[in-house]
Amino acid sequence: MLNAEEWGIVALSLKVSACAMLGALPLAFALAYLLARGRFPGRILLDALIHLPLVVPPVVTGWLLLLAFGANGPAGRWLERAFGVTLMFRWTGAALAAAIMALPLMVRAMRLSIEAVDRKLEGAARTLGAGPWRTFLTVTLPLSIPGILAGLVLGFARSIGEFGATITFVSNIPGETRTLPLAIYAALQMPDGDAMVTRLALISVSLSLAALVASEWLARRSGHGRGGHVL
Amino acid sequence: MSFEVDATVARGKERLSVRFASKRGITALFGPSGAGKSSTLDMIAGLLRPLDGRIVVAGEVLFDSAQGIDLPPERRACGYVFQDGRLFPHRRVADNLRYGWKLAPPERRWMSLDVATSFLGIGHLLDRMPATLSGGEAQRVAIGRALLSGPRFLLMDEPLSSLDAPRRAEIMAVIERIRDELALPILYVSHDRAEVDRLADQVVELG
Repeated sequence: MLNAEEWGIVALSLKVSACAMLGALPLAFALAYLLARGRFPGRILLDALIHLPLVVPPVVTGWLLLLAFGANGPAGRWLERAFGVTLMFRWTGAALAAAIMALPLMVRAMRLSIEAVDRKLEGAARTLGAGPWRTFLTVTLPLSIPGILAGLVLGFARSIGEFGATITFVSNIPGETRTLPLAIYAALQMPDGDAMVTRLALISVSLSLAALVASEWLARRSGHGRGGHVL
Repeated sequence: MSFEVDATVARGKERLSVRFASKRGITALFGPSGAGKSSTLDMIAGLLRPLDGRIVVAGEVLFDSAQGIDLPPERRACGYVFQDGRLFPHRRVADNLRYGWKLAPPERRWMSLDVATSFLGIGHLLDRMPATLSGGEAQRVAIGRALLSGPRFLLMDEPLSSLDAPRRAEIMAVIERIRDELALPILYVSHDRAEVDRLADQVVELG
C-alpha cells in the first residue's frame, strides 16, 4: 500500500480541500442565494464572474492569485500587515486556490436547490407567525440542505483534483503545497516514479468517484423526487 | 364588522380593485377564476402588498396606505388554509401542526394539539410525512395547522377543490363546526355555488 510519504500527501490534500470547503461554504451559499433570489442590476455579470474559474485557464487564475495575494499584491500585503498571514508558497494558499476553483460548481449546485424550494411554503410559514429569518432557517435552509451537501461534495472532489492554479500560485513544495495531483506530476518526472504514480492516481480516482456518486445521490434527494442534476 | 377590504393591487399590467365589508360568520368570496379571489386572500394575509387602500379585520387595521400601516404576515394572526395545502414536506404531521402553535403567544393559543387532532380526526396521522397523506387527510392537517396557530380569523382558499365527493362532505362538516363552535370570522373562497349556499352567511361576488 502507501508509504509514509504518500500518506502524508493524501493527508495534506484532504487538509487543503477540507479547509477550502470550510471557507468557501458560506460564500458559495450566500452567492447562490443572491443569484437564486436576488433581482439587482449586474446579476448576470456576477453570475459570469463566479463561473470564470470554470472556463479561464487555471494557470491564469493562479497568476491572478499571485498578483493579488503575492508579497507585493494588495490583498497579500494587507493580510501580512493585519494578521501576519502569508498565503504564497503555503498550504493555506493551496486551499485558497482550491476554493476559488471549486466555487463555481458549489454555487451552481446550491443555487439549483434554492431555486427548487417552493416559495409558497415560505409564505405559509409567514402566515403561521414566522418572521423572515425563522422562515429561512426552518423552511428554506432545510429544504435546500441536499443541494448544499451536493455542492460541498462536488466542490471537495474538484478541489482534490486542483492543479494548475495551485502550482502557479504556491508552487510544488513537498510537505507544504504538494497535494495529490502535484505529487503525481512530480513523480512522473522521476525515473522510478511509476509505482508511486499508479498508487496516487488510484487514490485520486477513488476519492473523486466517491464524491461524484455522493453528490448525484444527494442531488436526487433534493427537489423531493423532481430530480435536480448538478452534473 | 369582521372583514373590511378596500384595496387595489397590481396584477401584471392590470389593476384589480376589491371592495367589500362583511359581518360575522363565513363570508364567501364567489366568482370565476381570475376574478382576484386568491389575490384578495393574499392581500389580507400580507403575502401580497396592495398599491393602496385599507384592510381591517375584526377591528384591527392590517393595512392602511394613508396611515402607512402594513403589518408583516407573521403579525396578522391569520389562519390561512391554502388550496394546495402547503404542508412543510420535510416535517412530520405533528411538527407541521405545532409549527404555528409554538410561535403563537401563549394567550392566543386557544386550542391545544389534542383538541385539534380529535376535532379533525387526525390523531392517527401524527407520525406520517405529508407526502404519504391522501388529499383529504392533508387538507384536514392544513386546517389543523392554521387553527393551532391561534388565528384571529381564517382565510380558506377553495379548501375542497382537490377532494372527491365523500371527502368534500367530510371537510365541509369540519368547516361548519369551526363556524358554529369556534365563532371565528372566516373568509371562504369558492367558485362552487352549492358550497357557497350551504356554508356562507354572506356572499361577496367578484369579477
